[in-house]
Amino acid sequence: MNKRILLVDDDPDYLLSMQMQLQGAGYEVVTANGTAEARTKLGEMRPDAAIVDLMMEETDGGFGLCHHIKRQDATIPVIMVSAVTSETGLDFDATTSEERSWIKADAFLAKPVRFEQLQRELERLIQG
Amino acid sequence: MDTLSVLVVDDEAGMRHSIRRALQDFTVRLPDIDGEVRCTVETAESGEDALELIPTRSFDLLLLDHKLGGMSGVDVLEELGKRDLDMLVVMITAFATIETAVRATKSGAFDFIAKPFTPDELKETVRKAASHLLVQRQARRLAAEKRRVRFEFISVLGHELKSPLGAIENYLNLLKDRVAGNDLDEYDKIINRSLIRAAGMRKLIADLLDMTRIESGEKRREITDVDVREVALAAIESVRPIAGQSGISIDLTESGPLHMTADRGEIEIIFNNLVSNAVKYNRDGGRVDVQLAGEDERVTITVRDTGIGLTPEEAGKLFHDFARVRNEKTRDIPGSGLGLSTVKKIAELYQGEVTLRSEPNVGSTFAIVLKRHTNPQDTTDAAQRIGTVVAGN
Repeated sequence: MNKRILLVDDDPDYLLSMQMQLQGAGYEVVTANGTAEARTKLGEMRPDAAIVDLMMEETDGGFGLCHHIKRQDATIPVIMVSAVTSETGLDFDATTSEERSWIKADAFLAKPVRFEQLQRELERLIQG
Repeated sequence: MDTLSVLVVDDEAGMRHSIRRALQDFTVRLPDIDGEVRCTVETAESGEDALELIPTRSFDLLLLDHKLGGMSGVDVLEELGKRDLDMLVVMITAFATIETAVRATKSGAFDFIAKPFTPDELKETVRKAASHLLVQRQARRLAAEKRRVRFEFISVLGHELKSPLGAIENYLNLLKDRVAGNDLDEYDKIINRSLIRAAGMRKLIADLLDMTRIESGEKRREITDVDVREVALAAIESVRPIAGQSGISIDLTESGPLHMTADRGEIEIIFNNLVSNAVKYNRDGGRVDVQLAGEDERVTITVRDTGIGLTPEEAGKLFHDFARVRNEKTRDIPGSGLGLSTVKKIAELYQGEVTLRSEPNVGSTFAIVLKRHTNPQDTTDAAQRIGTVVAGN
């Protein structure tokens, strides 16, 4: 059975591009255009992993959603992506234990995401 | 009320005293910039004292005696010229010779006043200097504000152009890599999205050109007699094919005199924006009603649609540059967020206003009231006043 990925972003073009690439790599993809839609979809199914954008413009952004996913099922791996590093100078990472303690994500990738890297993270996290 | 801080430099105690008495709490009214300032006075006995005192306060006006004990007034003036101060200097001269005045002015004095002078003469000189200083400061503030707005505009514009370009590039790369195999049908969605984003960019550039035209104030406006009905019909005809595809009907009703004194291009921009918005943001099988009502003084243009409508919060932001309502319903509609802001600016040129009534999922009604006859010079002046955000002059 194909692994199912929940893909959440507020940019419809990013969603569509990423969806095609993930499907091309053999994943089943459920997309959500924003956190509200993501919460609805999460109520209907359990993904094998979630890829969540930071979505700074939403009142309840990617961090909130990430927290929500982990509370619902802590075993679902979450990869957070964001363009913040290049656009705002903010730098997030989830490599130290201190960062992991407040960022609930399992991995952090900067946009533009290299697909090979994303795929590697997915394989690592879904198996682990 | 703002204060005007005056420093009097004179070696005669009597002179310092009488100037202080004349100017302390003297209020200068400045009708040009709709303001007033109240004078506060400090004194110094010599040029040396003054030069020491000046860096410790921010004086606005220096009343400087020409003939001082140590260094002369002109020496002080020359020393001050080396410092970058936002302060005006008025020279007090005992001998009102042209030569002294010219020399002082060359060294940077704004004005001079000859001894002996009456309190009223002194006040008039101070009033002139204060007015000059404050008008200059206000002009600087406005220029800085204009620069800031322009930079902000350009930075948002850059972002608004970069984002569709990035999306199109991504899609093309997917096509190039054949991520969904060799069947072209698999790519329909991304081809359509690419076209929508490209159309959005095209719209942005077209709106930007419209806006530049309005805001530059340089482009020659051609004020003639414009038949508003004719412009409305042309705008309606140009969107009818697109409206037809979604089964949207467009009706025009009219009453009263519909000729106005205007730049035809500007009236076209109003109709093109409102009518195409009414179609773009409508529902399938919806209606657009364009209503033109002429009265003695005014022409009212009303465009009503049966579309997606706006929440009060969305409506509040709608006339700002780059304001776009972003939600699921508007996702596939190309728009720049500049159209309505330009419409509003044009309405202001005709001493008019734009009002909006809207209800989500019911529709929106835009009403624009324009003055039928405006003095061409007035509107051109207004065009220049509104600013030069894009043209940047």
